[in-house]
Amino acid sequence: MAHAADAAHADHHDHLPSFWRRWFYSTNHKDIGTLYMIFGFTAGIVGGLLSIGMRLELQEPGLQFFSNPQAFNVFVTGHGLIMVFFMVMPTLIGGFGNWFIPLMIGAPDMAFPRMNNISFWLTVSAFALMLCSLFVEGAPGSLGFGGGWTVYPPLSTVGHPGPALDFGILALHLAGAASILGAINFITTILNMRAPGMTLHKMPLFAWSMLVTAFLLLLSLPVLAGAITMLLTDRNFGTTFFDPSGGGDPVLYQHLFWFFGHPEVYIMILPAFGIVSHIISTFSKKPIFGYLGMAYAMVAIGVVGFVVWAHHMYTVGLSLQTQAYFVFATMVIAIPTGIKIFSWIATMWGGSIRFTAAMQWAVGFVFLFTVGGVTGVVLANAPIDRYMHDTYYVVAHFHYVLSLGAVFVIFAGMYYWFPKITGYIMPEWIGKLHFWVAFIGSNVLFFPMHFLGLSGMPRRYADYPDAFAGWNMVSSIGAYVFFAGLFIFMFGVVYAFIRKEKAAANPWGEGATTLEWTLSSPPPYHQFETLPRVIDTHH
Amino acid sequence: MAQAGRRYSHARAFPDAFMALGHHIFRSFGTPMRIETGRRSVTALSTAAVALVLGINKAWAAAGQPSPWETGMQEMVTELAQNVSSFHTYLVWLIAAICLFVLALILVVIARFNESKNPVPSKTTHNTLLEVAWTVIPVLILVAIAIPSFRLLREQLVPPQADLVVKATGYSWYWGYEYPEDQGGGFKFDSNMIPDDGARKPDQPRLLGADNAMVVPVGKVVRVQVTSADVMHAFALPSFALKIDAIPGRLNETWFKAEREGVYYGQCSELCGNGHPYMPIEIRVVSEQQYAAWLTEAKQRYASTDGSAPVKFANAQ
Repeated sequence: MAHAADAAHADHHDHLPSFWRRWFYSTNHKDIGTLYMIFGFTAGIVGGLLSIGMRLELQEPGLQFFSNPQAFNVFVTGHGLIMVFFMVMPTLIGGFGNWFIPLMIGAPDMAFPRMNNISFWLTVSAFALMLCSLFVEGAPGSLGFGGGWTVYPPLSTVGHPGPALDFGILALHLAGAASILGAINFITTILNMRAPGMTLHKMPLFAWSMLVTAFLLLLSLPVLAGAITMLLTDRNFGTTFFDPSGGGDPVLYQHLFWFFGHPEVYIMILPAFGIVSHIISTFSKKPIFGYLGMAYAMVAIGVVGFVVWAHHMYTVGLSLQTQAYFVFATMVIAIPTGIKIFSWIATMWGGSIRFTAAMQWAVGFVFLFTVGGVTGVVLANAPIDRYMHDTYYVVAHFHYVLSLGAVFVIFAGMYYWFPKITGYIMPEWIGKLHFWVAFIGSNVLFFPMHFLGLSGMPRRYADYPDAFAGWNMVSSIGAYVFFAGLFIFMFGVVYAFIRKEKAAANPWGEGATTLEWTLSSPPPYHQFETLPRVIDTHH
Repeated sequence: MAQAGRRYSHARAFPDAFMALGHHIFRSFGTPMRIETGRRSVTALSTAAVALVLGINKAWAAAGQPSPWETGMQEMVTELAQNVSSFHTYLVWLIAAICLFVLALILVVIARFNESKNPVPSKTTHNTLLEVAWTVIPVLILVAIAIPSFRLLREQLVPPQADLVVKATGYSWYWGYEYPEDQGGGFKFDSNMIPDDGARKPDQPRLLGADNAMVVPVGKVVRVQVTSADVMHAFALPSFALKIDAIPGRLNETWFKAEREGVYYGQCSELCGNGHPYMPIEIRVVSEQQYAAWLTEAKQRYASTDGSAPVKFANAQ
């Protein structure tokens, strides 16, 4: 995309507010994006430490670190909820979305800057409530909620009479409200504030991915809010939505949860799809292959993602016809996903590729996401899922698409946009070293989980039969390696700030064609006071 | 919370060298240590490596339970479970081929289209034939998956006429089994995991052995009705490819026809709280004569269990 942008506009009235006003009352999309990234990384460390605790326990059969399995289950639950709601979503949507959607579409800021501010602080409050939940009574005589991130009743009602889950539910309410406000903001911004000449069909793919994600958030989160509100009243006010003794049904909760929960997994991965497209295009020095197909593949994934939820529920006793439908619908999703994988490869094909750190992470993502995707096709088949359901095979699958998928793209995006965000260059070797440590660590961590699942090891087990010991030990070693990689990243950030090597407006050269690279690094506090005009495109 | 805080000893005999290796690497984590001779570790490690390469896990496997370093499904002992297993094998070849294809393309891209080999990038952004191909070929692959999948699904969910019906009820944290009177039963009993300090039989693995197993005759179609008395549990037995949730207020059902006598183990597969790892399912498949003898004995043994068992089960459908 070529364009005439007003990169050179002055920052003469770019006077910054005081520290307190700038970071606590912030309405600036870039500052809020930075806050989201710092928040997401912090939450990610907390969630990561919880998983290290789990891997320490699972390193050997028997109980070594936890006094009982309930405490382990609290870690499992905390890890899941924190990683989904407070690490992946804030970083990809709140962080990269806020930073780069206005820049990429040539807008001065988000449509509703104050709403943007409250979205962020609601997320922080939600996280505070979530942490509180770990320290109050859940199940009788123990702290925290240990019923899994899915919060299935009756374990989440009669099984946890203490207030821990009430804190958890209110945390999810706040996080959900924050996300809905954020979604409204993104939809309004993307639909109304694109630069003159940028039609929807000329819009960068990251903007497309955020538009689809925002619609998924807007349509699915209210269903979660409803489900957990019903849970709250079941717990505290004597309703029986999910209690068979009063005419309710625990399976109703599962339908409601997964009607949210399945779109949620696309909410986590679609922004990643968008980011990867830009990185691959930039470093291949080629426009993205099959742009419209890429955009509408994401739309298709979003739409079909709403009608496949019960593939998480093949063992609850659904009828033959229902299961057959969900098998069929689920497999349909493989088609647009395949289009994306092959289009990324076709973008690289014929390119003149520079294997920067960001590019290595992106290419690693394409392969590992393929692995996670094909095990998803296996699990889509109800007759096989009956064997795999609630085993480590499922854990392996969703960590391949989320941990080696979404998280890899978070780092790809960090290394790609680091010069733009901070104005400093981070030496390439840091990101590359981090990539190889993470690539090896995460595969050693998650690949053996396929074997454990096939061998029949159920998930959410603090202790397991001795036959599972071998692969669990391997997996734990991988976890420590993967986690150690984070220190390389942290070192890189600190090192770049100490070195202070200034980044050019466009450090990546001719392949970087989106509007953010026309601005200085970092961009001025207020950008595009004169709107850029998109004059030409060749998709 | 009957089992809260229970700790299991580490007295166990599994041959995994990697564990021994791990002990050396991670001794700083304060895990209990076992004394291993270096030689034994090396031998076991090389055995594991060879087994892994050759895929001969089954050499160690006892049917009905997991085996160390297993990389595939457990040995299947019903015809239906064998069909599940072969369908899975078919899928593994398929997905491995897809992954290798994608990997090969990526490797070609890395080798041929890097900056030094190909300084001038092409500007191709469309190829209709290619785009149609990578839409249509996946559709065909999915059809090739869906046809056997639907057939297998029907086999699983349309059960044949049952010879025997057993009701399994999930409790926190044990299973209860009921044998109705019209089938020579008329009793019910609880099945608890045998703790480490308990009298586990030598063939019962840790965490898998139960004090009272569910006993069924070989070669008969057994329908299992599954429900729960408190929170959700799941009745699962890998070597029968069987898993069905135990949900309060619902009566689910599943079925199996075990072809071989033996002891088969499963574990609760729906998170149910503190005792979730401690409520195994043990099914003993015995000959008809042994089953008849067991019925007679069980009738007396479980007669004192409070509450009476039903005469006949309602049909779950």
